[in-house]
Amino acid sequence: MSKGKPPSQHPSLAEPVAGNGLLDRRAFLTQGIALLGASGLAAVSAAPAHAADPPRLAPWMQSPGAGMSGYGSPSQYESEVIRTLIQSKPGTTGSGASRTPIEALDGMITPNGLHFERHHSGVPDIDPARHRLLIHGLVKRPLIFTVEALLRYPMVSRIHFLECSGNSMMLYSPNPPDLTCGQMHGMVSCGEWTGVPLRMLLEEAGVDPQAQWLLADGADSAAMSRSVPMAKAMDDAFLALYQNGERLRPENGYPVRLFLPGYEGNMNVKWLRRLKVVPAPVMTKDETSRYTDLQADGKSLMFTYAMEVKSVITRPSPGVALQGPGLYEVCGLSWSGHGTIKQVEVSADGGKTWAAAALSAPVLPRALTRFRIPWKWNGAPAVLKSRATDDSGAVQPTRDALVSARGTNAIFHYNAIQAWRVESTGEVKNVYA
Amino acid sequence: MSTRSLTAIVLVLLVPAATTSILARETPNLGRLATPAEIAGWDISIPPDGNGLPPGSGTPDQGAIVFAQKCQSCHGEKGAGKPNEQLVGGQGTLASKSSVRTIGSYWPYATTVFDYVRRSMPYTQPQSLTNEEVYAITAYLLHLNGIIGPQDAMNAQTLPQVKMPNRDNFIVVYPAKSK
Repeated sequence: MSKGKPPSQHPSLAEPVAGNGLLDRRAFLTQGIALLGASGLAAVSAAPAHAADPPRLAPWMQSPGAGMSGYGSPSQYESEVIRTLIQSKPGTTGSGASRTPIEALDGMITPNGLHFERHHSGVPDIDPARHRLLIHGLVKRPLIFTVEALLRYPMVSRIHFLECSGNSMMLYSPNPPDLTCGQMHGMVSCGEWTGVPLRMLLEEAGVDPQAQWLLADGADSAAMSRSVPMAKAMDDAFLALYQNGERLRPENGYPVRLFLPGYEGNMNVKWLRRLKVVPAPVMTKDETSRYTDLQADGKSLMFTYAMEVKSVITRPSPGVALQGPGLYEVCGLSWSGHGTIKQVEVSADGGKTWAAAALSAPVLPRALTRFRIPWKWNGAPAVLKSRATDDSGAVQPTRDALVSARGTNAIFHYNAIQAWRVESTGEVKNVYA
Repeated sequence: MSTRSLTAIVLVLLVPAATTSILARETPNLGRLATPAEIAGWDISIPPDGNGLPPGSGTPDQGAIVFAQKCQSCHGEKGAGKPNEQLVGGQGTLASKSSVRTIGSYWPYATTVFDYVRRSMPYTQPQSLTNEEVYAITAYLLHLNGIIGPQDAMNAQTLPQVKMPNRDNFIVVYPAKSK
């Protein structure tokens, strides 16, 4: 601090910290907001007066409300917040995906009814009393577990994201798709998962210490299967039985799924019925013909397990327009399968200058991390971007860098910086910039 | 100090450690032993070395008949695709902008065709095909892709010997190098 100037408290909070109106991430804190007073939040006073406005008495106060319910539902006024871009292969109802409408949500947790789905042959209707888990192969004692038995094991609870490795795949296409944030990036969700450490069950079966791999089979009609490295199985893998406090939803693997923190969604085998300890990868369809990443030179990357560092601004975003010039909070999601988010920077001038966003606690390894930053929009067209860095030092690449490294045939593991162009009308468009 | 008393001291020192490790290993042990017959019913995965391939055999001609009945409505005549995945062709396209991934152009192991067809297909009736039918369909698809001859029978001995055209074009990334 220079001696000549008298110290003042946060003198710069109302001043831009990066180009085109980005403010200090602390500007919305109590002290900051007072300094912002003159510019204020975007005015909403233009709304017409309604019957519920003061001094009138709202209609819902004039008679008693509804009674209790066995299982609650969202407000009827939130009926448009639903999974999006639900697509199946021709002639099938359940071979496809649905996406989380991440632009309509806040915080780090995805509600169970909005968790993205990816099924290879629909959602099986499994009676937990008749479901079995078989552990066999290179073990001393092949074992069969009932679900009731698994529920008696000591449990761990972990908050983790799950991302389909095909998330954002349409952004490999040559022209920027005209879709919402969730339609493009919504095959990522985050929840608190509770279950049995896999290591405990493998040790009970007496796993051969030389065995390097496991095969996991699902009890869906595709019998979806993937090979899993033993090192991951013995490290932080667990068999999830609960999701955000309640038993797994059928579309997320009820009654039990494999959970491999940070690894691509497909490996987290749902409706888990079998684990076979094997000497080498089985080379199933979904680790050879699918979920391998074709590069520009015709070679393919295989076993690209951890999801790379990534972020996206969810608000504003296509369909979530700005309502005229003024002060806004830009917010979004960041995550990395390699560890914990260290920093998210935001740019409001297309990437010329960047400012660090605030990360909302808790900031957890392999979990969605919410970032926020105040932005004073002057009403002129602008390009917003976010760029995440994780604690392994990995930085989210530009789309140009990703495409020049991999080409556009990879389908999977797209993690480039997303650019949103804000028009003078406040509408937001997906752009490659 | 005598050897005997030294031994006693060592024993005393070791006992707490041994107790701790026994406690650490204590788990519910609620699984029951699986019988060989139970395992056999569910153990359907086939790795590249063909371990676990069942008895039986099938030729491309036999496979053509089964394919027309059970596969063609989704995968098109001779596996040309539409409404669902194209299974044949695409060789030489992988480095182009319009890459076509099929069994012939992309899949690295022939055993995967057997494994996948047996476990997941036909879409509406998975695990309904006989092993002979699965061998025959596998042979037919490999033949349509120009990988085996019209008379080549696929069975537990021949299938693992088939070398797929794209076999050497995969780069194994795991275990990842630290960034």
